[in-house]
Amino acid sequence: MAAVVDTANPIHVRGLRKRYGNASVVQDVDLEVHPGEVFALLGPNGAGKTTTVEILEGVRRRTGGDVSVLGRDPAEDAPEWRARLGIVPQTTGAYSDLTVREVIEHFAAFYPAPLPVEQAMEMVGLRKQERKQAHQLSGGQLRRLDVAVGIVGDPDLIFLDEPTTGLDPAARLEAWELVRYFADRGKTTLLTTHYLDEVEALAQRAAVIVAGKVVEVGTVAELGGRRDTPAVVSFTRVGRMAGLTLPLLPPDALVDPSDDEVVTLHTHSPTQALAAILPWAAEAGVHELPDLRVQRPTLEDVYLKLISENQGADS
Amino acid sequence: MTTPDAAVARKGPAARTATGRGSGLWRASMARSSVELKSFFRNKQSLFFTLLLPVVLLLVLGSIFSGTVPGTHTDFKQTFVAGIIACGIMSVSFNGLAINIAIERDTGMIRRLASSPMPKTAYFVGKIVRVVVTGILEAVILLAVGVSLFHLPLPATTEHWVTFLWVLLLGAMACSLLAVAFSSVIPNARSAAAIVTLPFLVLQFISGVFFPYSQLPAWMQTIAAFFPLKWMTQGLRSVFLPADFAVVEPAGTWELGRTAAVLGAWCVASLLLTLLSFRWRGANVK
Repeated sequence: MAAVVDTANPIHVRGLRKRYGNASVVQDVDLEVHPGEVFALLGPNGAGKTTTVEILEGVRRRTGGDVSVLGRDPAEDAPEWRARLGIVPQTTGAYSDLTVREVIEHFAAFYPAPLPVEQAMEMVGLRKQERKQAHQLSGGQLRRLDVAVGIVGDPDLIFLDEPTTGLDPAARLEAWELVRYFADRGKTTLLTTHYLDEVEALAQRAAVIVAGKVVEVGTVAELGGRRDTPAVVSFTRVGRMAGLTLPLLPPDALVDPSDDEVVTLHTHSPTQALAAILPWAAEAGVHELPDLRVQRPTLEDVYLKLISENQGADS
Repeated sequence: MTTPDAAVARKGPAARTATGRGSGLWRASMARSSVELKSFFRNKQSLFFTLLLPVVLLLVLGSIFSGTVPGTHTDFKQTFVAGIIACGIMSVSFNGLAINIAIERDTGMIRRLASSPMPKTAYFVGKIVRVVVTGILEAVILLAVGVSLFHLPLPATTEHWVTFLWVLLLGAMACSLLAVAFSSVIPNARSAAAIVTLPFLVLQFISGVFFPYSQLPAWMQTIAAFFPLKWMTQGLRSVFLPADFAVVEPAGTWELGRTAAVLGAWCVASLLLTLLSFRWRGANVK
């Protein structure tokens, strides 16, 4: 049966539902996270990402659906199952009156095979602050301490709920290194974030959740039909190019007819298009095309499009 | 200290199961207890409000009241000191714990503990250690101040010492369990101290701590008799006051048997309330 294969995945979700009274926060969510991958969960605020993640972490009960995380139902809340999870919740914790080292040592004591405390401090870049009490830390440092608390158990599956919110750019890169460290060792990560560059840099696959529903799942490169969306080539006609008809372009190329001065064309073969355009322009005496751009859809374009389409349909 | 590689090497299914649940519970309980004590003694607010406030009350009010209990040679302060010791125990157990749990729930500690493989028992072991250590400290300080400044006689006989210990222990247990249950009605960490102080203050006034219980209006005595503090103060009066003072008590005796019964009933009721109300997860657990 397919289910046997499916539950071999660290995260397997079928028809997940969560309702508060009459309000459906999560509706029929299916998710499949493969071993060793970094999987990103994207979506606007209030879309149900955190609720979904919290159900998977076993800190929130579901209304319905099948959920298997590392082969167990999270609702069982088994300690030996918890020992294999690393959880960094969205809100930053306060550990007043304890030093960085004490906080990490304290949580390490709960795990059968934790990372050495020094290594955990090193990984989040808090080695220099180890004797500082938590209330003396900056917001970003507190967030890093939170990450250290989440990963000190050397987890097989890590939940990172907006781990880099509030971090400065250098600290964000350190956080990325940490995600890669676990990925390189074959561990699985479920990442929630609003930063699409983070998704591009770290994740292999992603799901987009809008209004409690998964509207798209796929590899980051293919998300939202990104690979199928044509590139846009544009430049400005100058000099003798103005009166000339365009050369023979790749068969799929569509030229935007609205503007005579700026040429905009959509094609899946931008290289071939340019190969035709460049000699054509050179013949007209133009050797440097003004305002030449080749644009491929960014993850952000695709993401925003997905969200506006699905939110529009919902309201 | 192990190197990262060694940590990786010893990891595996065997390592995970090799640590038995028993030793895991012991280690987790030690970690919790150590953190409980560190945060208690480092936090000026908890030190002052739960540990030192009763001492300040004792010093200030003990210096105001004077004279002997009418018709006797016994210093009035002795009845008062007995009451303050009971308050001190309620302070470290009820106030201290309820505020502490509300803060831990509001600042993400309980949530992070629930997300870890910590055996849930370890959390409560830590709380017991916290209350026992701070309770013993509180009792010793108040006893020392009472004896050295206000002529409080130490318990005279072994029997009195035994009463002293079981009243404090049972009282602390009832108040601690009640604190865990009570913490669930505290909406957030900021309001915790204020919300906890209200019942504490009211109980102090109606339980015969500042005013002799026998001189309170009857309806007030009746209300107070439903709560632990009245029985704790009465139990401690039996330890520190001469035996013939029992005639002033409502029943004409110290009612030690009833004290044990009421405090025991509070333990059972609070434990049930705790089991029903304590949450490791949910909307209020930040």
